Amino acid sequence: MTARVGVVTFPGSLDDGDAARAVRIAGAEPVRLWHGDPELHGVDAVVLPGGFSYGDYLRCGAIARFAPVMETIVDAARGGLPVLGICNGFQILCEAHLLPGALTRNQHLHFRNRDQILRIESAGTAWTNAFQPGQEVLIPVKNGEGCYVADPATLDQLEAEGRVVARYLGGNPNGSQRDIAAITNSAGNVVGIMPHPEHAVEALTGPSLDGLGFFTSVLKHLVGAPA
Amino acid sequence: MTTHPDPAVRETPGAFPAAPAEPRAAVVVPQAGPVDAGRTAEPAPADDWALGVDTVPRASGTPEELQPYAELGLRDDEYDRIRHILGRRPTQAELAMYSIMWSEHCSYKSSKVHLRQFGEKAPPSDRLLAGIGENAGVVRVSDELAVTFKVESHNHPSFVEPYQGAATGVGGIVRDILAMGARPVAVMDPLRFGAADHPDTARVLTGVVAGVGGYGNCLGLPNIGGELVFDPSYQGNPLLNALCLGVLPVDRLQNKAAAGPGNIVVLLGAKTGRDGIGGVSVLASATFDEASEQRRPAVQVGDPFTEKLLIEACLELYDAELVVGIQDLGGAGLTCALTETAAAAGTGMRVWLERVPLREPSMEPHEILASESQERMLLVVAPDKLESVFKTAEKWGVLATAIGEVTAPAPDGQPGRLLITWCDQIVVDVPPGSLVDDGPVYARPMREPADLILLQADRAETLPRPNTPEALRETLLRMIASPNLADKTWVTEQYDRYVLGNTVLAQPEDSGVIRIDERTGLGVALSVDGNGRYARLDPYHGTKLALAEAYRNVAVTGAKPIAVTNCLNFGSPEDPGVMWQFAEAVRGLADGCLELGIPVTGGNVSFYNQTGAAAIHPTPVVGVLGVLDNVADRVPMGFVPRPGGDHDQLFLLGETHVELSGSEWAWVTHEHLGGIPPQVDLGRERQLAELLAEAARVGHLSSAHDLSDGGLAQSLVESCLRRGVGARIAVPEHFTGGSMPFVYLFSESAGRVLVSVPRGHEKAFTALCAEREVPWEFIGVTDPAGGALEVHGQFRIGLDELRAAHTETLPRLFGGQEAAQVEAARTGTTTVLPATAEQPVDVAAAATEDGSADGRPAEAIAPQAEVTDDVAAVSEGAADETTDGGSGATEPAGPEGSAAASSGDPDQPAAPDQR
Repeated sequence: MTARVGVVTFPGSLDDGDAARAVRIAGAEPVRLWHGDPELHGVDAVVLPGGFSYGDYLRCGAIARFAPVMETIVDAARGGLPVLGICNGFQILCEAHLLPGALTRNQHLHFRNRDQILRIESAGTAWTNAFQPGQEVLIPVKNGEGCYVADPATLDQLEAEGRVVARYLGGNPNGSQRDIAAITNSAGNVVGIMPHPEHAVEALTGPSLDGLGFFTSVLKHLVGAPA
Repeated sequence: MTTHPDPAVRETPGAFPAAPAEPRAAVVVPQAGPVDAGRTAEPAPADDWALGVDTVPRASGTPEELQPYAELGLRDDEYDRIRHILGRRPTQAELAMYSIMWSEHCSYKSSKVHLRQFGEKAPPSDRLLAGIGENAGVVRVSDELAVTFKVESHNHPSFVEPYQGAATGVGGIVRDILAMGARPVAVMDPLRFGAADHPDTARVLTGVVAGVGGYGNCLGLPNIGGELVFDPSYQGNPLLNALCLGVLPVDRLQNKAAAGPGNIVVLLGAKTGRDGIGGVSVLASATFDEASEQRRPAVQVGDPFTEKLLIEACLELYDAELVVGIQDLGGAGLTCALTETAAAAGTGMRVWLERVPLREPSMEPHEILASESQERMLLVVAPDKLESVFKTAEKWGVLATAIGEVTAPAPDGQPGRLLITWCDQIVVDVPPGSLVDDGPVYARPMREPADLILLQADRAETLPRPNTPEALRETLLRMIASPNLADKTWVTEQYDRYVLGNTVLAQPEDSGVIRIDERTGLGVALSVDGNGRYARLDPYHGTKLALAEAYRNVAVTGAKPIAVTNCLNFGSPEDPGVMWQFAEAVRGLADGCLELGIPVTGGNVSFYNQTGAAAIHPTPVVGVLGVLDNVADRVPMGFVPRPGGDHDQLFLLGETHVELSGSEWAWVTHEHLGGIPPQVDLGRERQLAELLAEAARVGHLSSAHDLSDGGLAQSLVESCLRRGVGARIAVPEHFTGGSMPFVYLFSESAGRVLVSVPRGHEKAFTALCAEREVPWEFIGVTDPAGGALEVHGQFRIGLDELRAAHTETLPRLFGGQEAAQVEAARTGTTTVLPATAEQPVDVAAAATEDGSADGRPAEAIAPQAEVTDDVAAVSEGAADETTDGGSGATEPAGPEGSAAASSGDPDQPAAPDQR
């Protein structure tokens, strides 16, 4: 049976259509989820897409974490549901305390969109098992508040537990501490990533096809996961 | 197009000595009081005012009450005309409405007589579903799909308040596209600023770029191209033009007519506030003076989140067929939307103004009618659909309020009247068409500028030219580093080009290409171009050159150009010299479109881009839209990396002449502007475009890049750096000797394209050129392994040296603040850390988002006081001294990082360009 991957639309979500397209190209069935509906409609995994949920006029993701759908997702994620937060989705995951740390204003204060090389540091998560550890991938980054920060103890813990999922190579686009581009929770089912894998799934529109690996990973994970 | 029936309303020079030379800076709130000694009368006692407002009965009873029409930008004869139409004096609210609807910005009173050429000379087109006069032109691109596109100016607000001016410029054009029934899918931003090294340019540019990005990014629209031009003539009058592209199913086309008496008038979107009052009449329709600083309240404030919700709500309403008519609220706000929708249908309207949701409860009727608060749409809805409309609005969290209803035309067939009440007092009772169609029309005096003949005689072809290999090498490096030719990544990487996942080509490519149908690969290509220097030297041919360049930029991608939009930026129409330039430009564009066989579908005029007596260069910006049946066939601009020593052959299409007047070279090296711009032959442009489309279709082209500013040298460098592929070329024999190699590399002759052709295709390709009668010259080969651009017998420059020269200019000029921030943040990094991960530091980050809008980006970096102070101090210092921010190049993730991670990296897979 085809895996069903939910893509949440909050007011102000922008890359929800792109995430759904990536899910489809990866071979799964995208299921659109609505912020106001706590029901997950039986999806096997969830993507929180990029954008400016609720305008991000407060802290990015600070309001979205209180959306009815998020209460269900937080519970399900603690129960092992694979969840990928991209950009604003990453911010929401941090606000929802599924991931540690925070995303702050880019150090140079500008929104920055460029094709970014990443090194996959951990291929053990639900969303990166299709990659080799140390593999370099090219994926667009685009954000205004993508500077990852956490206290030194948390950073050390992330490093020690292999929970830094990806790092920026060839220039840090936003000032993130220790060049962190993506992290995971201790169970490896929840991943937050600042760059946009959903924008690197088609030769025609992306800088590479490297983003597809994140979406095929979760399918692999679901096949192997205990029912 | 309406010519006023009353000849007295038309302008004759000197006929109205009492008229103000130019509209005065206005206090927008009209107050009764003596204004004009020639019209003395007893002011009515204030206690006559019912509920504090000026009502229709009161206006009828106090015919001689003085009104501040001159302060609102109306002339004596225009005011008389209003009294004539109404048969009484206007109320305070009516006066506000007429003053904005009859302003230059809304009424096109100076340009109308010229613009009608676009219709008269329009070539026949079976694609045009909506044309001039609609919110935006709509062009059919397949049996099922149509696209709509338009470019508009927001020049004056962007000077007064760069961030909000630019942001709301984007927001405004997006709503125009939305009102046609289309989903907005991309934006572009042709920008013009004063001298790159002028201190104020750093203020305006950084604000405008942040505003364009801040609004467009938050709206989820990819920015796929634009222009960035510096010239001292724009110093006090920068140009912010914004283009939006939308896509709609053919049968979802909307119109603005408020048809069907009994239908409900619904205001959808943001609450109405005091922002933007008088924007069109006070800001956009007058020249700048010292008081301009005080006009900041006339600039609107944008909220892209609300606009995003408004877009989604409107599209859902269209798909459910819930609206009869729709109009966006932009310049002139509710006044324009109410009168235009009613006038378009010939109906009347009854509006209860107190029902309009207000941000500030103390607003008075004339303020509500004039407010240019953003993110609002006016819907006309059948009564039985009203509940469904409210439901959709609620789903998206958008305010929807029934504020009125459509009323029947008069029994005698005359159009209905617009009746507006405020708490049961009639404050407006007007024929809506009188505001929309019966405004004054001026055939303003025109005269060729006296200095033009001398200017044209001062030809750049007589300037000393480089004539040694060393001088040529130096010239090339200097040219590609000059602000107008330098790499624009510092600006464009502040824009999201990926969102929506359909961007096939984006800046720095010649055109933006957007896929509009994932199933078939159908797509469109769009380019916007203009050259104020050419237009200054010859507005007629300069405009044709702008059209030719945009047309060629679309054609090089392999697309077939089908439609034109334009934004005409000029000085004061009250200056006969400017008016002549305008008339010539319009004539050039209309003639050019006829020759190319593609219609003008809409556009925008921006006058009064003038400070004191100094007008900007006449700047017609022309947008051309083309169709690609399959976007997989698009041709990119960059030379293609080939493994194993393989290479492509380089051809220059078109003819090169000694044409240096108005060129970038003349300006950069001699600060010279004079002579006659390059010849333009639109018949040849058409042949060239047809050749390129055919060659792209059959796969003859690896790359194609238009030649324009900076000539062949600039195109070679850009094509090399795009994907890090070198080239070896030789100047043809008839261009050898003396300064002729220079001419070949830097002449700006029109109608030329640099193409690379894969091996094995050259014979078929040159045969096709011969068949299409397009001149071609074999000039060399790409050199993927060489890592350099070599011009045989002249110079060889490594790609690294080219890239450094090309990419360092803008970060050096405008990245000073950025560099300072990075430095401050770097040194402060260890103290910025939060106490715990669960207590993030970015408490203030959201405030920073807002703060940056006010040009105070650094106020709220981190809660730690000492760090905040440091960062703010460094930031402010940098903002004041951006021009000497030479340390920008040392920023760790700066130009080097940019070059490595984006277009120029030879190792970059660069799949979008792979063919």
